[in-house]
Amino acid sequence: MADRFPVAAGLRGYALVVAMWVRSTMAYRASFAMTTIGNFAASGLDFVAILLMFSHIDALGGFSLAEVALLYGATSCSLGLADLTLGSMDRIGRRVRDGTFDTLLVRPVPVLAQVAADRFALRRLGRIGQGALVLGWGVAHVDVAWTLPKGLFTVVMVVSGAAIFASVFIAGAAFQFWATEAAEVQNSFTYGGSTLLQYPPTVFATELVRGVTFVVPLAFVNWLPALRLLGRDNPLGLPGWVDFCGPFVALLMLTGAGLLWRVGLRSYRSTGS
Amino acid sequence: MDGFIELDGVEKVFDVRRKAGFLRRERHRVRAVDGISFSVPRGGMVGYIGPNGAGKSTTIKMLTGILTPSGGRLRVAGIDPSRERTKLAHRIGVVFGQRTTLWWDLPLRDSYGLVRRMYRIPDGRYRANLDRCVELLDLGELLDVPVRQLSLGQRMRGDIAAALLHDPEVLYLDEPTIGLDVVSKAKVRQFLREINAERGTTVLLTTHDLTDIEQLCKRVMVIDHGRLVYDGGLSGLHATGGGERTLVVDLERELPPIEDAPGARTVKVAGPRQWLTFPADHSAAPIVAAVAERYPLVDLSIREPDIEDVIAKMYAERGV
Repeated sequence: MADRFPVAAGLRGYALVVAMWVRSTMAYRASFAMTTIGNFAASGLDFVAILLMFSHIDALGGFSLAEVALLYGATSCSLGLADLTLGSMDRIGRRVRDGTFDTLLVRPVPVLAQVAADRFALRRLGRIGQGALVLGWGVAHVDVAWTLPKGLFTVVMVVSGAAIFASVFIAGAAFQFWATEAAEVQNSFTYGGSTLLQYPPTVFATELVRGVTFVVPLAFVNWLPALRLLGRDNPLGLPGWVDFCGPFVALLMLTGAGLLWRVGLRSYRSTGS
Repeated sequence: MDGFIELDGVEKVFDVRRKAGFLRRERHRVRAVDGISFSVPRGGMVGYIGPNGAGKSTTIKMLTGILTPSGGRLRVAGIDPSRERTKLAHRIGVVFGQRTTLWWDLPLRDSYGLVRRMYRIPDGRYRANLDRCVELLDLGELLDVPVRQLSLGQRMRGDIAAALLHDPEVLYLDEPTIGLDVVSKAKVRQFLREINAERGTTVLLTTHDLTDIEQLCKRVMVIDHGRLVYDGGLSGLHATGGGERTLVVDLERELPPIEDAPGARTVKVAGPRQWLTFPADHSAAPIVAAVAERYPLVDLSIREPDIEDVIAKMYAERGV
């Protein structure tokens, strides 16, 4: 029945495997509690660095602390969501090398779902929690007259951002079919990219901003939509409608990553490693 | 009769890149499976053997849909495995000897629960199958034990049960007895015999332990360098491989080597005991009769050729 609809079968399979990992984690409750707190604290230290900076200056690239908090919280939430849902996809390289990837291929559940759910770690809620706190604080303190559309716009920004990061995770996993060590390249886009996005675009060189807008469209995670939200000018002078493209960029990237995954899987199945 | 598993000229060619300098890569083609054809009827139980790198695993991977063949035609239960991998998954069970599919930190029972949901096994059928596996594989006391605490043999039995809960029509086993103790090996073999006999489950197993083959399979296929070099009964393998049986005779006293036994050759003498060898496909009766007639015979025994020697010899003759 549901097997006729690959997406439904995938989501169901994903949920089944995730439930198993959660149960596995709960076999070691104390360790789970500690790593979650650690995850929360470690990602929180990032923001402490920003706070320290603001103790000496009033604005960073023309952005106030509250505005930076908004940028920081939005990207942190986006990355956190993507990290929670498929953050261990980079383990696929190891699975390919030790041969356990084959055991996933003989099950009646889409492989992408199984790989996405691999090593699902609830402790990653720590990053989302920390990001949400900072985002909440930023939202409360920025100089924006909040309306319902603006609130929705913020939610859409975070969700599309998560989808963009998710597509980078999927693409990174797909690359490991060819180079099982590609995990680090992908990490530089996701974790590295997120660090970039925590700061206002105005502090970086235009060339870099152009790069993350057009080459790896990470700017759509929060920069472009947040600039609109804060009533700022686009540093590249792009037309205003571009700021609303986040969801489309996310959809496009997810589709691209999905295709790349298919090609990678096909290549694995024709070469075996 | 149409085969349940059918291969017709199946090939698998890998492009291997090798480092040949700082950045230069040399490409060369490896024919891992080089035109294999065979057919296994429903309910068959076949041993698939060969040295490491002969193409055994590659064949199994093609039969399960993991790998796409480079050429030839392949069908399992009428399905093209590489095209309809997920559909086929419901009808096959796979046990990878050294790669457990059980959940390390969870009780064995939980892994089976996941299998039930993944394969959408109806409750009644699941319960019946699980009860059966638990009884035959002696898993009763292990169900609530986390898998990490199981011994290798217990885990293997657990893995075999996991592969059978959805009533697969075909069971592939890759080295199912590797690393197991004698008792576990015996249990696994007994279980495989039973499900094959009662359910008519088709079984294809690869192994290094030739006792597995001797005890389980009437038919054996030998693969080497990607080609099928033998397909038939165990006894025939002895004949093909030039296997020899050995007649050990104990005489009343020390005598010169026996030279007049028809078709036999004395290879060793130690006191009153002598060893005579003769081709495995010959009958021992005339030799025994001749020796008994002419010599003071006290006792005798016949040793079957060691299948490992037979296969080693077969490879040697092919100039491997």
